[in-house]
Amino acid sequence: MNKAFESPLASSSPEETWSQEYRQQIGTEPAVHNRSGIDVRPLYTPKDLDGTDYQRDLGYPGQAPFTRGIYPTMHRGRTWTQRQLIGLGTPQDYNERLRHLLEQGATAISLLPCNSVFRGYDMDEVPVELLGTCGTVINNVDHMDQALAGVDLAQISCAMNDPTPFTLLAFLLVTAKRRQVPWSAIAGTSNQSDYLSHFIANHMFYRLANAGARRLLVDHIEFCVRHLPKWNPMSVVGQHTQQAGATPAEAMAFTLSAAIQNAEDCIAHGMHPDDFLPRFTFFFDISISFFEEIAKFRAGRRIWARITRERLGARDSRSWRFKFHGQTSGADLTRQQPLNNISRVSVQAMAGIFGGLQSLHTDAFDEAISCPTEAGARIAVATQNILKEEAHLTDVIDPLGGSYYIEALTNEMEERIEAVMARIDAAGGMYQAVEAGLVQRMIGESALRFQQTVESGEQTVVGVNKYQVGGESAQPAQPRPDANSMAALIDDFRRFKSRRSAAEVGRALDDLARAAHDPSINLFSRVIDAAEAGVTHGEICACLRREMGFGLPLVAV
Amino acid sequence: MTFRPKVLVTKIGFDGHDRGSRIVAAALRDAGMEVIYTPPWQEIAAVVKIAREEDVDVIGISSLATDHLIVPHLMGALRAAGLGGKCVIVGGIVPDEEVPLLLDAGVAKVFHPGSSMDEVVDFVRQAAERVQQQYQLAG
Repeated sequence: MNKAFESPLASSSPEETWSQEYRQQIGTEPAVHNRSGIDVRPLYTPKDLDGTDYQRDLGYPGQAPFTRGIYPTMHRGRTWTQRQLIGLGTPQDYNERLRHLLEQGATAISLLPCNSVFRGYDMDEVPVELLGTCGTVINNVDHMDQALAGVDLAQISCAMNDPTPFTLLAFLLVTAKRRQVPWSAIAGTSNQSDYLSHFIANHMFYRLANAGARRLLVDHIEFCVRHLPKWNPMSVVGQHTQQAGATPAEAMAFTLSAAIQNAEDCIAHGMHPDDFLPRFTFFFDISISFFEEIAKFRAGRRIWARITRERLGARDSRSWRFKFHGQTSGADLTRQQPLNNISRVSVQAMAGIFGGLQSLHTDAFDEAISCPTEAGARIAVATQNILKEEAHLTDVIDPLGGSYYIEALTNEMEERIEAVMARIDAAGGMYQAVEAGLVQRMIGESALRFQQTVESGEQTVVGVNKYQVGGESAQPAQPRPDANSMAALIDDFRRFKSRRSAAEVGRALDDLARAAHDPSINLFSRVIDAAEAGVTHGEICACLRREMGFGLPLVAV
Repeated sequence: MTFRPKVLVTKIGFDGHDRGSRIVAAALRDAGMEVIYTPPWQEIAAVVKIAREEDVDVIGISSLATDHLIVPHLMGALRAAGLGGKCVIVGGIVPDEEVPLLLDAGVAKVFHPGSSMDEVVDFVRQAAERVQQQYQLAG
């Protein structure tokens, strides 16, 4: 044996030597833990993979349990859909921006409606200052037709932020009918269809009491399964809970528990899991806690593959796949030194990419200051292109798989997630748990805990609690919709309302109200009928609120 | 008896992002203040009604998605109800160029993201004391 390589501490193993040297040199060290509260050790070794069975626990991409990705080719075959949310001003404003994006080669579009639409109102019943400031005003079929003018509905995939009662999809389907495009060709996703997440957190979208929203969601899924083979009716949302303060492990647990609730509701309604589960998609927040986010997504895929098979009884492998869209976390962005947010978004996006996402929205750097400006949105898209085409991130599938740390952390996140899911099951499932306020309390506690780590300086936020500089960077100008074109749109809308056949509108609203109390009727099909008869978004929402009850969030500080 | 500020923490308009309003409400409560917290989407008339019936000193409006644009309407409604002496603060996402819109309408201060809770608590306590003194003087 070569003397030179002999350990100075001849009796210890290399591991013990390292451990002693580490402790000597590091001195006293505070515990390091991630946002989900998992203690993170300084080093992970092959010992952390003891007991791992490659095929059982990781598997090849495209094979259960999908830890390494849901498709055999993953980002090497098809990277991910760049789905930037756009929406501002009038339907014409939206159409101009959309056509510009399509000319640049986009094949998937998104539609973000105005906050007044989210809350269930028409433009003529709300303060004019708030119209079109955060999204596009869409109140009837004509508006949808204008917003998508010149767009071939049979060729495009359209993701719409469209919570219950799914009036935007109804307007889209009537538009398709007008243009003689068969519904079987309409592709896209009902984003924000997960009423549970709206009740818990980010109450932008909430407008019906839970029982009504629950029924409408099941009817909407049933309708899409029957009539819209290319439409994904269910987007289970984890983004809201994490933005509201849930830890990454909690947010994943709440999302999976909500997915189970919605799936069991569909099964109770007589649907077969393999008919609807392949149309379930997920939507998550990606924080800047890099490794933790990667492990969160890998663990989520593994748990969903198990639940769909063992608990929900799905036999079709497409039902087991955990398809998800990720959005970089706005809560991590700072108003101070806003250009720093470009760096933050890059790190967040990389976590999502290594986590194996199918679709990505990168936040604009100015989102902590305002709704995104055009310049901010352009940089957000460029960030995606750099990560996708310059940085060689997509050369290898699941490039961090097999890392001692990543695999150990994936296991630990899985345990944390399942522990939270067990609490929700014990409370009677997600519906009962949110009605009782259990989930809201957990989120409130986690939000406060995180805020305390920022206030104490334990969690650095550059420019906020450390490295502050005087004289912040210039703030971008805030785009506001043109007041004249908004006023013209309101006039137009009032004329539309007075031109309609009152008898036809009245009949459609009566039918809708009756269907709200008759579970044998598919309520979403009545929403489409109403849209076709000229009933507006606000009128449909008002009718259902009256018949099924208005929903307020639980107040628990 | 020591003075205990009374604060209404609420949201008007359409936005429902309530992480900030919950955290601020909890911080004010933990600092010993009496806090009235409402769900989001309050009508302006409802905020005026609560402010009058509960006789609050300070009204905190949280706005993350452009609802600050209707805060001038709230200020007008408070003045019309004889509550112009109450202190109104706004917290959340307010672009720099729209801060004057709020200050000119009578808002006492706009807190941006990243403000520390201590800063908010101190400001609210001092504002509440000023409001109390004013109302005592006015008899």
